[in-house]
Amino acid sequence: MAELFYNEFFRNALLAAVLAGISCGIIGTYIVSRRIVFMSGGITHASFGGIGIGYFLGINPVLGAAIFAVISALGVEYFTKKAEIRNDSVIAMLWAFGMATGIIFIYITPGYAPNLMSFLFGNILTVSLPDILFMVILTCIIVIVFVLFARIILFMSFDEEFARIKNIPVQFFNYLLISLVALTVVINIKVVGIILVLALLTIPQNIANTLTMSYQRIILYSVLFGFIGLIAGLMGAFYLDIPSGASIVFTLVIMLIIVKVFKRVVKS
Amino acid sequence: MQKLVEIKNITAGYNGLIALDHVNLTINSDDFIGVIGPNGGGKTTLLKVILGLVKPLKGRIVYNLSEGENRINIGYLPQQFSADKKFPISVEQVVLSGLLKRANIIRGHSVREKDKVTEVITKMGIAGLRSKPFSELSGGETQRALLARAIISSPKLLLLDEPNTYVDQVFESELFNILEELNHKMAIVAVSHDAGMISSYVKTIACVNKKLHYHPSNEINNEILKAYNCPIDLITHGTVPHRVLKDHK
Ligand SMILES: Nc1ncnc2c1ncn2[C@@H]1O[C@H](COP(=O)(O)OP(=O)(O)O)[C@@H](O)[C@H]1O
Ligand SMILES: [Mg+2]
Repeated sequence: MAELFYNEFFRNALLAAVLAGISCGIIGTYIVSRRIVFMSGGITHASFGGIGIGYFLGINPVLGAAIFAVISALGVEYFTKKAEIRNDSVIAMLWAFGMATGIIFIYITPGYAPNLMSFLFGNILTVSLPDILFMVILTCIIVIVFVLFARIILFMSFDEEFARIKNIPVQFFNYLLISLVALTVVINIKVVGIILVLALLTIPQNIANTLTMSYQRIILYSVLFGFIGLIAGLMGAFYLDIPSGASIVFTLVIMLIIVKVFKRVVKS
Repeated sequence: MQKLVEIKNITAGYNGLIALDHVNLTINSDDFIGVIGPNGGGKTTLLKVILGLVKPLKGRIVYNLSEGENRINIGYLPQQFSADKKFPISVEQVVLSGLLKRANIIRGHSVREKDKVTEVITKMGIAGLRSKPFSELSGGETQRALLARAIISSPKLLLLDEPNTYVDQVFESELFNILEELNHKMAIVAVSHDAGMISSYVKTIACVNKKLHYHPSNEINNEILKAYNCPIDLITHGTVPHRVLKDHK
């Protein structure tokens, strides 16, 4: 096993697992506790449109995805608050529209046909050094925001109306946080792919929530469980020769089941 | 006595529906106003207008600030707890959130704030529930915790939307005793569907049914309610019609 660490791809994958664990642990706790998982799913799939346009224009598809995801995030946040259209319908439309846009642009891009599968299902072993750099920067921003504004984020997520009465700039924080959700999704697309990234944002949190009702502890445990799942999944992928994204999600679900059963047994 | 909030000719509503029609009300610093009225009469909307959560279509609100204040501090107990009851947060944290201020966004909680929590949860009789998850509280305990959150910042004005729902008879009278005591330090506006109950504690009454009729006394009967176009059923609360509610206690 030691020789694995001399493998550059594997080292990058390990770093990516740490960063994905932290970013998804924190952001996932935010979206799960605030019940905006579906919204986050919409933003995730909308980012595929950005990938397609990125290919078509010849710019970095991840950059395309980031721009598309943030714009959709701000748009969804804006429209769902205006409440003229039903919230979940807006998200579903955005979800499908993003995927459609991505497919069309990739299809009409002349010549080069990128590997769609890698975006849909990810591959932690393909995470490059620039990807890691991007992940480091974003993870730092997330940690700083969630440490500095821990109180506000907790109280506002719990009861937005009350925070508004207390004259907290709720709208500003909503936009800031939903943008961080969008960017977290984008940096983790390479790791587990568009279709599976939601798993990384929700399963560790649900494992954690089985064990604690404290917001702070859910974040900590989620980071830990996410990391364990990522590493175990990576190992599974490596030794069993199966796709890493699927292997990671599979591991996380097994962990969730074990913890749930464990809790049942302890209780009775 | 000092004027705290003046509601001047406010019209408010939602997407074309008028919930409050040219409403006037002055809240003074020592007021204890009971707001009664039929379901959908606009009671909640009135509180939300005062809080700035609903923007009025017409009219204006004047907040009279004392020196050094840049914003009036209002405590609020919502009618229905609309937020997620399963949210991972402790009772202590819920109560602490009442101390939230724009100015101290970044700071952590000081020892003084924690002491303040001890004080209010003891007053509310939930001191033992401090570190319990909020999601595990019963209806009455939830109401007490939210009331603790509303008063922890010692507001100038306390707005309560149907505070006696979900609480048992014992806590109901205890609650109103607490409110009477709080009234020495803050103005209180309490909405209630139970006019009989509330009239024995409040000083004055406002009947809200799109229009607002202010009744500068806590004695009210069905005739007056009729005159105010404020149809609420006093009989269901054990009062004989025509009888002055003061006797209801
Ligand atoms: N968010 C809302 N959107 C649309 N209509 C509303 C909303 N809230 C209240 N209303 C309507 O405004 C009127 C007044 O409601 P409300 O102030 O809640 O009355 P009350 O508290 O006296 O029962 C009702 O007709 C109600 O249906
Ligand atoms: Mg109401």
